[in-house]
Amino acid sequence: MADIVLDKVSKSFPDGTVAVQDVDLEIADGEFVILVGPSGCGKSTTLNMIAGLEDISSGELRIGGQRVNDKAPRDRDIAMVFQSYALYPNMTVRENMAFPLRLAKLDKATIDQKVDEAAKVLELTSLLDRKPANLSGGQRQRVAMGRAIVRQPKAFLMDEPLSNLDAKLRVQMRTVVSRLQKKLGTTTVYVTHDQTEAMTLGDRVVIMRGGAIQQVGPPQELYDHPRNLFVAGFIGSPSMNFLHAAVEDGKLRTALGDVPIGDRIRRELEGADAPRELILGIRPEHFEDAELIDDEARARGMEFTAPADIVESMGSDKYVYFTVEGQRASAAELEELAADAGADFSGGGGNLVTRLSAESPVQEGEDRRVWFNLEKIHLFDPSNGRNLTLHEGRSAGTLGD
Amino acid sequence: MSRRAPLSENKKAERKLGWLLCAPAALVMVLVTAYPIIYSVWLSLQRFDLRFPDQREFIGLENYVTVLSNEFWWTAFGVTMLITVVTVAVELVLGMGLALVMHRTLVGRGIVRTAALIPYGIVTVVAAFSWRYAWTPGTGYLANLFDGSAPLTERASSLAIIMLAEIWKTTPFMALLLMAGLALVPEDLLKAASTDGATAWQRFTKVMLPVMKPAILVALLFRTLDAFRVFDNIFVLTNGGNETSSVSMLAYNNLIRGLNLGIGSTMSVLIFITVAIIAFVFVKLFGTAAPGSDDGERR
Repeated sequence: MADIVLDKVSKSFPDGTVAVQDVDLEIADGEFVILVGPSGCGKSTTLNMIAGLEDISSGELRIGGQRVNDKAPRDRDIAMVFQSYALYPNMTVRENMAFPLRLAKLDKATIDQKVDEAAKVLELTSLLDRKPANLSGGQRQRVAMGRAIVRQPKAFLMDEPLSNLDAKLRVQMRTVVSRLQKKLGTTTVYVTHDQTEAMTLGDRVVIMRGGAIQQVGPPQELYDHPRNLFVAGFIGSPSMNFLHAAVEDGKLRTALGDVPIGDRIRRELEGADAPRELILGIRPEHFEDAELIDDEARARGMEFTAPADIVESMGSDKYVYFTVEGQRASAAELEELAADAGADFSGGGGNLVTRLSAESPVQEGEDRRVWFNLEKIHLFDPSNGRNLTLHEGRSAGTLGD
Repeated sequence: MSRRAPLSENKKAERKLGWLLCAPAALVMVLVTAYPIIYSVWLSLQRFDLRFPDQREFIGLENYVTVLSNEFWWTAFGVTMLITVVTVAVELVLGMGLALVMHRTLVGRGIVRTAALIPYGIVTVVAAFSWRYAWTPGTGYLANLFDGSAPLTERASSLAIIMLAEIWKTTPFMALLLMAGLALVPEDLLKAASTDGATAWQRFTKVMLPVMKPAILVALLFRTLDAFRVFDNIFVLTNGGNETSSVSMLAYNNLIRGLNLGIGSTMSVLIFITVAIIAFVFVKLFGTAAPGSDDGERR
């Protein structure tokens, strides 16, 4: 077991493309860190560099305090789990799991004992003599995990290990991975493109975009205090709503009405080069049916009326989609997020996703009065994506002073 | 029961369509392969020498007794076996090396592959002549390297040169088949093996080779069958002199030069049977998946 330190690690390919740029990251001993981001953000390349499967172009990588830049994967004492599971098709489950131990030249009795132990933890005992071809996807995934844990390596590296499983099994395996990591206490770096996995699994989440780290922090912190537009849009499902906001007369003119701003934000916006156009971000759960709001809460937010297009009742709450007039919010980050989602980004103005209480009597097609919490809204500078509501790493809405 | 009737009707129609679609190909196969095979089997059962057409008669297996008790046949058989085993073994090793190079080359991949395939693209007879000239004392550059000796006049050196020409010619083909096998090895598997602690050699022997096994067996099968029928190189290089004839050369000499259709056909049938046995051994004993069938999952 060991800590992993990436010190200004970069990766560029011979054709000049830069896959990873100046990544600084310190992963503590026993920590579970998630690298997440859209495809092509450099997360897998970063993981492969830690594993030694890709050369590091510049910077330094230390595992357990030791520089390992030039060490072969086999000398780094790390175990990796692949999305494709990468099980050896010619070997049985037992042989697959024993493979790293056999290469390490352990004696047969020790190997058998370790394999049996790992098989027990992962409930693979009855499958030990089968070939991978005769296993289900979930079983193969467990064998891949088993092959990683038998060795008790310094660190686990996992490259989208659950992405090939169906949705239900994925949720189930998520808890297995989480429990296993806690039990073994082994430093783990886990790559995924799925923000739900990132939020639920890790001690800390690293959000990457275009080869650079956007923000590092515990899941809740990233959710509540996103440093920029990209992080705000990437984390959360359904994603944050983004609206165009114009700065006029010390207020923000938006499709939801004029939003008041506090002293601190006002000061930021007073500079000569301050942006006149902003992007307002509100998460779906920070809306509520105005009927259900008590007076105290009413004072902390503001209200608007809009027609409800679609009502999706989830049982515990209702997703209500509203149409609002006004300009679409536009920024490079939003386009990138939309491209990654493979669809038009729902937060681009026009459509508003809200999560209201199940008690709300809202009907499809009717005009509804909706409240939203001013303390929870974010303001972004569209030119660089910076979150203007963030003060000393905390976000306190537009009213903060 | 009544519910099954339409299903089987459906199946019947499907089967019929299958036969119909296969029919043209099957017919051509019958005309160009089955007929000559049956005809040569028929000829092999007769005394039939075109120099003495009057003596033609049905003699049963007498030709087989004649051939199988003839020392020239067994010498040629031994030579053929030797060439087959040595060339295929060497080609496998060299071909694997070449395949790895072609598979791994990142820069100039096209040029490397084209260059490697040139020997295979040259007509065998042309290549064989250039080998012959190269080894001709006085004028050949290779013969001159060895003090103007005449290696094609001695048995051992002749065989060595025949095998060298064969290997030079068909290694690219082997490499091509093996490269297709290499493409079957998932990159992740090799990455997993390196993080599991395998050296490059261990990755090759413990991961690549087992995964490639079906492709290797197919390549070996193809090349063995091919090598057993070796003819062109021997024909040009030694013309079978100094006991360097292969069984194909022997059959040719009896059939075309000797005009002995009975004995020549017998030899052809024996070659056919040997080739069939080799194929049987590969497919049944080693479990080579016949090309086109499912992958080599059955073990």
